[in-house]
Amino acid sequence: MFKKKVKEQLSSTDQNENAIANKETEGLSQGQIVRRRFVRHRAAMISLWSLIVMVLFVFTASGLHLGNEQNPITIHGWWNWSITDIDPELSIGADGIVGAPTLDLIPSFIDGTGFNIGNHPFGQDDIGLDYFALVMRGAQQSIVVMVIIGLIAAFIGTVVGAVTGYFRGWVDAILMRFTDFIITIPAIIIGSVIGFQFGNLGVIFLATYLGLFSWTGLSRLVRGEFLSLREREFVDAARVAGAGSARIVFKHILPNAVGVIIVSVTLLMSGAIITESALSYLGFGVVPPDVSLGLLISKYQDSFTTRPWLFWYPGMFIIAIALCINFIGDGLRDAFDPRQRRRITKKDRAEAKLAKARA
Amino acid sequence: MIAYILRRLSALVVILFGSSFIIYNLSAISGDPLEALRISQDPNAAQQIITLTRDLQLDVPPPLRYFLWLKGVLGAFVGQVDFGMTRDAQSVTDAVAAAIPTTIRLVVGATVIAIILGITIGIVTALRQYSRFDYAMTFFAFLLFSLPIFWFAVLLKQYLAIGFNNFLTDPQVSAPWIIGLSLFSGLFWASVIGGDRRKVFTIFGIAAVGSAAVIMLLGSLDWFRNPGLGPIVIFGASVGIAFAVTQLSTGLAVRAALKSALAMAVFGLVAYYPAQWVMEQENHLLNFVLMATVTVAVAILTSRFFAKEDRGSVTRTAIITAAFVAILIIIDKFMQTWAPYMETDAINYRPVPTVGQVNDLLEPGNFWISSLDVLMHMFLPTVALTLISFAGYIRYSRGSLLEVLNQDYIRTARAKGLTERTVIMRHAFRNTMIPLTTLMVVDFAGIIGGAIITERIFGWVGMGTLFNQAINTMDLNLLMGVFLVTATMSVMANLIADLLYSALDPRIRVGK
Repeated sequence: MFKKKVKEQLSSTDQNENAIANKETEGLSQGQIVRRRFVRHRAAMISLWSLIVMVLFVFTASGLHLGNEQNPITIHGWWNWSITDIDPELSIGADGIVGAPTLDLIPSFIDGTGFNIGNHPFGQDDIGLDYFALVMRGAQQSIVVMVIIGLIAAFIGTVVGAVTGYFRGWVDAILMRFTDFIITIPAIIIGSVIGFQFGNLGVIFLATYLGLFSWTGLSRLVRGEFLSLREREFVDAARVAGAGSARIVFKHILPNAVGVIIVSVTLLMSGAIITESALSYLGFGVVPPDVSLGLLISKYQDSFTTRPWLFWYPGMFIIAIALCINFIGDGLRDAFDPRQRRRITKKDRAEAKLAKARA
Repeated sequence: MIAYILRRLSALVVILFGSSFIIYNLSAISGDPLEALRISQDPNAAQQIITLTRDLQLDVPPPLRYFLWLKGVLGAFVGQVDFGMTRDAQSVTDAVAAAIPTTIRLVVGATVIAIILGITIGIVTALRQYSRFDYAMTFFAFLLFSLPIFWFAVLLKQYLAIGFNNFLTDPQVSAPWIIGLSLFSGLFWASVIGGDRRKVFTIFGIAAVGSAAVIMLLGSLDWFRNPGLGPIVIFGASVGIAFAVTQLSTGLAVRAALKSALAMAVFGLVAYYPAQWVMEQENHLLNFVLMATVTVAVAILTSRFFAKEDRGSVTRTAIITAAFVAILIIIDKFMQTWAPYMETDAINYRPVPTVGQVNDLLEPGNFWISSLDVLMHMFLPTVALTLISFAGYIRYSRGSLLEVLNQDYIRTARAKGLTERTVIMRHAFRNTMIPLTTLMVVDFAGIIGGAIITERIFGWVGMGTLFNQAINTMDLNLLMGVFLVTATMSVMANLIADLLYSALDPRIRVGK
């Protein structure tokens, strides 16, 4: 008796949940549904806004530096030190440490010194360079590299994966062997060859060639997804209905694979920022006098015990950027997944009940 | 199928030929190996240039020199493989052969731990989707994903190694640490197990108080300086493991499986003292093989004795339980070695090293002490690599399981009244693993290429270090030696991944 009642309740909540989920998507296009789902993903929205703020902050602070060494095109940012300005007056920290950060975020009623940005908020390095300018410039370079790698790798990886997975046969054989070929070539060697032959060509070039070598994993994932999706019934149905290959790929398979693509591209982008810093750390990426976050860490890692800020700030920026990208990717995945049902909250249940009672 | 494999293998040879040719020539034009000598003021420089040019055949233009190199490599088919000489007149074969075990030691452990931990956590988060645990783990995974290893390693060295060594000089766990750790443990277990509010609070309370009590007990017994498990604790843990393994492997309802798993726990207790004796004997490798054989044999016999039908799954349960018990006994042995290890002059109560592969000052002779030394040197790099790489497994296995749980066959399985365990472990888990195997195989191939950065930070001389050194010194033969090994591994891994994929998922056909 009691059991039966519980079952009834369960099935009725199940129905309610379905009703809530269906009601939300009623009369909306796929794009609208995706947009709505994404906007509702709190972590992703917070990350998106933080990333936008961070990008604007970083780019306006250090300005734009285009052109090559002979005829640079420079638009100055609002920060008054550049990455080559040396301030002979070193800031002295509370316990006599030279070049300590002057940034003090703790208001005066806690430690009595008050909120203060000071001359060198992130401190100075051993010869007096302003560290805030260095970190801003490094973050700018890292973001540029990340975006370029992500775009190039996403495009090539998706195209190769989709073509091989959908058409199979000899196209698949040739393209996948080409992929194997690319996998075997270490990007570092290409980097050092280019560095030796042409000198330092700047971050955009670095990012482009890294992008040309980082699509292989994505293409294999996309291919696997296409291989299994093309065997599904809805593809057969589309084919029977007379759809051509292009329509099947773009209208039927790609929207189902887009979750996998988005997730791996975001992972790839957050990986790219780390790859770039790792290459710079080893001396094969961005080279001085230009800076990147990885280069800053590698330059100052030994001063961790004596002047930890030289180590903390660039690391924090790498983490913050990569973290935001990852969360945005998570939100996009949830939003794109056509079978995704969002979590039914207590508020939704109460509203549904109320609506039912009214009806 | 065989035709397909042969076709792939021949394609593989062509790929390796092509990419090695390109790499050889690219690296040859990427720098001048004699540059440092040309500008050197050393009176012997001219002589050295002549010697190097002769030894490395630098007077031959690179495209032709490649074929000289290839001739040596193809000598493998007539039993005379020759990868050439490094700049230091060392054989490349020897240098690579010495580096591979180091790299494997560095990365295999971390990868295996990352896979096991990552998949476990990923599955728990998928089963508890949108729970606090899920959110916490998602955040944690993303945080780890965003960490640059060279940055993270510095923190590990400072806080985990130096901090822990300092702690060991006076192993008293301070009150804030006890409170912090027990709160963490309470939160962790409460969120993993879940349930209604009252249950969550109960679990939180039990876990927090329990951990605090255990930490204080261990502190008061001076356990951190003189650790060990002892037969009683091992037996208790083994019984727990027996229940857990049975539950996951066959379900507790299969009495024969539960009985044989428990019998293995008892066997562990009985074999504890004999095992201690055997482990002290010489010839350790043989002893390990012997003990493993005996354990597996006992497990098979026990399950034969208890099970009359469906023996396969019962035997599997018994063997898995036995393996866990054996691991516990070996851990206990290492713990017993801890105190003598710390007392040696080379260690002097600072057991967690920050760089290096082994402690050269340690007197050789005692198998367990030198093994523990190797393990301690592996500790920091393994922690760093594991934390960095397991985040990916958490995300992928979570996504994969959620995908599978949405499928119709899961609904069918539930509808026909199967237990949740059977649905998850037999129907969902196995299908979850299909996409993950591809990831694992490719990851394992990447292992040999090494962790250039990790090796550099922790001062290990493995494949990554050789690679880095070869590029920086323009050592072409060494570079090609490393390249050939890593490239072969990665293309082979992709072949294996493809074969595995089609073997595991019959809907995917290869070679048609």
